[in-house]
Amino acid sequence: MTSDRHLVLIALFAALIAALGLVPAFQVPFLGGVPITAQTLGVMLAGVILGPVRGALAVLLLLFGVALGLPLLAGGRGGLGVFQSPSVGFLIGWPIAAFVTGLIMQKMADANVLVSSIVAAAFGGIIVLYAFGVPGLAIMLKTPLWETFIGAMIYVPGDMIKVVLTGLITQTIARGYPSALLTRRS
Amino acid sequence: MIALYLAGRSWAHRLPAGLKLLVLAVASVLAFPIDTVFPLLVLLSIAVGLFASLGKPGLNKLVIIRRFAPFLIVIILFHWAIGTAGLGIIVALRLLALVLLASFVTLTTRMDDMMAAIRPIFRPLTYFGLSDRRLALALALMIRFIPVLLGVLDNLDEAYRARSGKAGRWRIFAPFAIQALRLSDHVGEAISARGGADGLPDGQRIDRILGK
Repeated sequence: MTSDRHLVLIALFAALIAALGLVPAFQVPFLGGVPITAQTLGVMLAGVILGPVRGALAVLLLLFGVALGLPLLAGGRGGLGVFQSPSVGFLIGWPIAAFVTGLIMQKMADANVLVSSIVAAAFGGIIVLYAFGVPGLAIMLKTPLWETFIGAMIYVPGDMIKVVLTGLITQTIARGYPSALLTRRS
Repeated sequence: MIALYLAGRSWAHRLPAGLKLLVLAVASVLAFPIDTVFPLLVLLSIAVGLFASLGKPGLNKLVIIRRFAPFLIVIILFHWAIGTAGLGIIVALRLLALVLLASFVTLTTRMDDMMAAIRPIFRPLTYFGLSDRRLALALALMIRFIPVLLGVLDNLDEAYRARSGKAGRWRIFAPFAIQALRLSDHVGEAISARGGADGLPDGQRIDRILGK
């Protein structure tokens, strides 16, 4: 049954996001050693490959595990504490970012896979995500919105790398295992 | 995988999960508008006191503070850079106190109880055909997939090293993606062959799957 397959895929992508936070080799040291977690790469991939609803569900499943007390976020963070931390805006933005990414990927069904996945991941995984993350930071830290926005910009180059990786990985899947690219099945 | 739960039978463990979550939510809402140091120091002392009430294992868990310290320093520096250092200290104090309180709830609540308490939030998802049983299965699968994925990644990296003498890094992303997806399709087929997600025997407790 396809619904079983989709359930497993949702679990797989939730696990992928968690695994991306665990592998130290995936933490790109950038700009003076500010660690940039690869976890948003998993969020982008979930949207691009699973589509809006299932992509968002994969992220929600991960956050559910985190709320239950599993150390699934980068650096072994987890539990209810992370929902009190400054990055809560980004966590709230994650499922929405995956949803928008998947939606754009679906709307661009006729376009080239590489191009459409890069556009979708950039819009969903950067613009939409920061639209939640930056105000979240500003509220939690009581800092002015504009300065917070400027401060958060150091993460954008890393995110752009993740967007390109999302495009390349999606293209590989489209060629090597097209039946898994749920956003592209007619 | 090590869950953040601390096994024990303290007074805090015996409180209902829903009550602890409610108190935590109320504390966050009340603490948010506070902008003087003293009440926040009181809140922080209460949080540390809660950890101390669990005895030595509880005090050991206060390493959370050390892990969180770099973030707090960055926050204070950022506030100092835009000329509001005092506010930065208040924000850092409140964050530390609330993170400790939330961690305390996680520390003293079993995953099953937490799941039962959080489940109502996820009720809208039944719209998408996600029953309680499916949610539990998906959670168990996710937890099981993490070491499996890391294993797949390790194998690919070793194979690449054997061929080239260098670490695979980004070059193994593509074969990893395809192997992981194929693996998940096999698992999906296996579940269907056993009667589907809704036909699996019930009672697979998450704590048991975690090996706790």
